[in-house]
Amino acid sequence: MIELPALGWQSIVIFVVFAVSLLIATYCTYAERVIAAFLQDRVGPDRAGPYGLAQPLADAVKMFTKEEFFPGGANKALFVFGPCLAMITALMSSAVIPFGNNLTFGNNAFFLQGIEVNIGMLWIFGVVSLGVYGVMIGGWASNNKFSLLGAVRAASQNISYELAMGMALIAVLMMSGTLSLREITLQQSVAGEWHFWNIVKQPLGFIIFCVCAFAETNRTPFDLPECETELVGGYHTEYSSMKLGLYLFAEYVNIFVVSAVMSVLYFGGFNFPFQYELRDWFVNSQGWELTSAQNLITILGTLGLFAKIFGFIFFFMWIRWTLPRFRYDQLMRLGWTILIPLAVINILITGGLILFGVIQ
Amino acid sequence: MQLTNRAKKLEKKPMTLAERAYLPAIFQGLSITMRHFFMKKATIRYPEETRPFSPVFRGLHVLKRDEQGRERCTACGLCAVACPAEAITMVAGERKKGEEGLYREEKYAVSYEINMLRCIFCGLCEEACPKAAVYLQPDKMAPPRFERDEFIYGKDRLVEPVSPDQRSVRGIQLTPEQADTLRNKMAAQSA
Repeated sequence: MIELPALGWQSIVIFVVFAVSLLIATYCTYAERVIAAFLQDRVGPDRAGPYGLAQPLADAVKMFTKEEFFPGGANKALFVFGPCLAMITALMSSAVIPFGNNLTFGNNAFFLQGIEVNIGMLWIFGVVSLGVYGVMIGGWASNNKFSLLGAVRAASQNISYELAMGMALIAVLMMSGTLSLREITLQQSVAGEWHFWNIVKQPLGFIIFCVCAFAETNRTPFDLPECETELVGGYHTEYSSMKLGLYLFAEYVNIFVVSAVMSVLYFGGFNFPFQYELRDWFVNSQGWELTSAQNLITILGTLGLFAKIFGFIFFFMWIRWTLPRFRYDQLMRLGWTILIPLAVINILITGGLILFGVIQ
Repeated sequence: MQLTNRAKKLEKKPMTLAERAYLPAIFQGLSITMRHFFMKKATIRYPEETRPFSPVFRGLHVLKRDEQGRERCTACGLCAVACPAEAITMVAGERKKGEEGLYREEKYAVSYEINMLRCIFCGLCEEACPKAAVYLQPDKMAPPRFERDEFIYGKDRLVEPVSPDQRSVRGIQLTPEQADTLRNKMAAQSA
């Protein structure tokens, strides 16, 4: 048994998470097209490779070989920096998400998580709100009024919806009493007790969080920053080649991260129903050791978490091809006059229920 | 003033709570799109699948041969007269002695051209033909090409290919070698 130092293990996990989130983002482009096609009675891309599975590769080659275009009067440094920042912030936020419980080998326990910090949720919020700088800088540096308009829209939209998102989250944090995503996950399932996922305790909070997640990732019906029908391409009008690719990619990485956060906060993370019963069954009836049974449960839980994430990603795409875009004033009214008051009411209700001991 | 009695009076009712909440409408929309997700797809994956043709489809023309493998066309020109798009041109010639096995009538078409860019595939030539020579095939279309003159189909591409068996039915005895060369030639032509 090779003993890995803690830092080494963490860097491996982070590298794997990095690779996995890139892979998922790549195939999101394919999934988006196929799901869009299926929802519209078509079949989608099926030429490149079996079932069109090599389509993302073809798209990447296309992106890389396109002309790198700089608009006249653009701020070159910021023009390059914008998509980089969008991508960096999108990738950074996945570092604190617990992708699984711990694997135990001998005396060493390995967390399937990049960094276990007690401010995990704050980290994600901080990094995600940096993401708007990528859009803002890109839109401003393009020296194009459509881009600037898209960037301004993105900034105001993200600021408005981050408030409601944070308040929806506060209700969860009041119940959990911690910001650590790992703790929040573990609290949603305790051995020997009948525990519910947070979605049962926080249905209203989940709806608010979900709506805000759509707005934060600039997805339909909140895709005003890049609405093709109004602003040509919004903040990435002037972008071409792989810089455009980075923006589109960052959007999918963001969807992946937000789906993971929603799974962790409201859908039990890496927990799945009857996991402790399954573990005990392996130990008692099959004669497995407790650690190996636990490791198996961990791996199944990781797969379960990814199933939840894929479910949410599908939901994102399903919504995109169902709902039309909001008008700008409707977007602002929904954010400020509906979601924020609802979130405050949700906090009050949660506080009352905690006070009277209905939920904990 | 009322012009018809079909006009409907619209009532502007205030929206109900369910309508204002928007969520029921979202779920309704989601269920509609999900139903489409499982519906049969309209796409035909072209090179692998082809669209089924109707049995009365009028596609690419063919100049038929008779049971003995002779060309049926007698170059009467009725098809060219009937053609509303003026796509057909032909040059008539007299059958010489010894060509009885090639052409059924004494007069035959030395050249017969259809411009597939002009043709509207109406099938009037087929109806006009007294010798049942020209037909529009129900399973073939004029394929796309790069040059305009490639769309002018001459006899080389219009006349129905003859099979070696039909020649032997006609009483012309081919040696096995001759039959082989003919078969190879035809294979090369069709390839």
